[in-house]
Amino acid sequence: MTASASAETLARTGLRSPAFARLLRALLPALSMTLILIAIAYLNPRAISYFGFSLMLNLAIPIALATIAQMFVITVNELDLSIGTFVGFVACVTATWLRDAPLLGVVVLLGSIGVYAALGALIHLRNLPSIVVTLGMSFVWQGLAILMLPKPGGKAPDWLQGFMSLKPPFVPFPIIAALVIGLGVHVALMRTSYGAVLRGTGGNAQAIHRAGWSILKTKVTMFALTGLFGVLSGMALVGITTSADANLGNGYTLLAIAGVILGGGEFVGGRVSPIGAVIGALTLALAASPLLTFMHIPPDWQVAANGAILIIVLAARALISRREGDR
Amino acid sequence: MTAVRTLLARPWIWSFIGALIVWLAAILFTGGYGAGGMITAALSLAVFMVIVGIGQMFVITLGPGNVDLSLPANIGLASAVAMKVMGGSNAMIAVGLVAALASGMAVGAANYLLIRVLRIPPIIATLSSSFIVLSIDIAYGRGLQIKPPPAFADFTNIQVFGIPILAIGGVVFAFLAGIALQRMIYGRSVLAIGQNMRAAWLAGIPVERIRFFTYTLSGALGGINGALLAGYFRGASVDIGNEYLLSSIAVVVIGGTSVAGGKANVPGIWGASLFLVLLLTMLNTFGVSAGVRLLLTGLIIVGVITAAGGQKTLR
Repeated sequence: MTASASAETLARTGLRSPAFARLLRALLPALSMTLILIAIAYLNPRAISYFGFSLMLNLAIPIALATIAQMFVITVNELDLSIGTFVGFVACVTATWLRDAPLLGVVVLLGSIGVYAALGALIHLRNLPSIVVTLGMSFVWQGLAILMLPKPGGKAPDWLQGFMSLKPPFVPFPIIAALVIGLGVHVALMRTSYGAVLRGTGGNAQAIHRAGWSILKTKVTMFALTGLFGVLSGMALVGITTSADANLGNGYTLLAIAGVILGGGEFVGGRVSPIGAVIGALTLALAASPLLTFMHIPPDWQVAANGAILIIVLAARALISRREGDR
Repeated sequence: MTAVRTLLARPWIWSFIGALIVWLAAILFTGGYGAGGMITAALSLAVFMVIVGIGQMFVITLGPGNVDLSLPANIGLASAVAMKVMGGSNAMIAVGLVAALASGMAVGAANYLLIRVLRIPPIIATLSSSFIVLSIDIAYGRGLQIKPPPAFADFTNIQVFGIPILAIGGVVFAFLAGIALQRMIYGRSVLAIGQNMRAAWLAGIPVERIRFFTYTLSGALGGINGALLAGYFRGASVDIGNEYLLSSIAVVVIGGTSVAGGKANVPGIWGASLFLVLLLTMLNTFGVSAGVRLLLTGLIIVGVITAAGGQKTLR
């Protein structure tokens, strides 16, 4: 539903209607991010500047990419518990092979996307629980990463480092990147006809199958896309940190799931929102450290504050959904 | 012959066969040396996986999306609580165990409240609560270097004819959990909810009470596990429970419990725990590096689940 249409229904039916709740729900990810930004602005006005945003949102780009990656599998009712270690693996490849032997690096990264596609096929054909398969794969990626880079080290390729530290005029790079990622995926997944088929696989696989589409193909596509965005996330991460570590991405698995849900996605039913997911990732990135640093929360309690923010935002979402009354 | 066939038809037998193969491979490599010691060590470590695995099994059986990701933080906090309350004195062992149990139950109950009252999906609810529990543990357990009471540490290491007493307790506990699952109203209710929550509710099952009890049970088992781990490894630490995030889920699924819910299997958890522990033991005896060990563990988990196949769809 477009914003103007919801505004129209809103005008017709008043503030307590389900339509209003639905609009509120769609706006909630943006709303929660705005609240956090207001809090940051209140605590430290200097942070709201070109330089401040570049710093605060720097690490948000890889998180946003990993969140989008997770969103693709969630769209088809699966879950990827290996995305974090996969990002770490990609980071190790990028900081070693992609720099020293670009051709080999590219082949390995493309191959790892192929592995993701194959996992999608395996999970579909053998009707396996994706949680367990990706759980196993998380060990595989971590093992490979440790084999490649037993100690933290390596170095990001110069072009990648240069790209990640771009300083475009007026708008900080992370914000432009987030817009490009969010809008690009939004158009592809929400506005194209095959995008509808892909989401339909999560909504009603049988119906999509009866309509003549191959479920195998849609699942493979979604897993390959997850692999692709995982690769992008790992590369972006190394571009920022400039060196890699096998454990670099470990926290991303749960962060990415939280980002998708924060952004208005559902675990089943193909109901996801790419723009929401990106906003969710940015919110998490902002809430993770800048906000807490400005609030002078002692390091011991920063993780707890993270959890509390997640709970508050999700509780707000649940309250709104209840009013919306769609179950 | 029919006995063999009915045995092979059990979903849990494969995890035991897997454990046996891995063990044989390991002692073949050492030339039979340390075969018994390997089993003793595997039994001691597997029992910790079994305890949390059974809690996780009840939660997962509640249906799709139900999972307890707060176990690692829960275990860490409970280990600190137990050590602090026991304070190294034999007289306080029982009190310390009760405190760890209470800490675990509180975490479990809080998880349920988040899920029920705030309607947060269980994956995210238990994840968020684990963040908070982790912080509490870091703040509470800072610089905690209390050794467990000698009697408690000894108890967690006692062996009877090479079988750790904890493992015997673990088998008895698994047996009771099996009865609770298959023969008691509680277990049957959990299975019914996992198969179809609405149908279960219409049939008059107190769905929410059962879910509350299940999350609290999982929390309680995490708490007990934390105390026992602290005794076994002679001290509490924040990351003592870290490996149980993945392994608690892995043993449940490899053991033949359906992640879609409604179908659970207790013996399989023992088989899968032994399998995972022996797998690590085997790779250690082969002397492979940490990277190769992780790589092979992952490939074997994927291989096992592929070979065991997915659930047949009911419709």
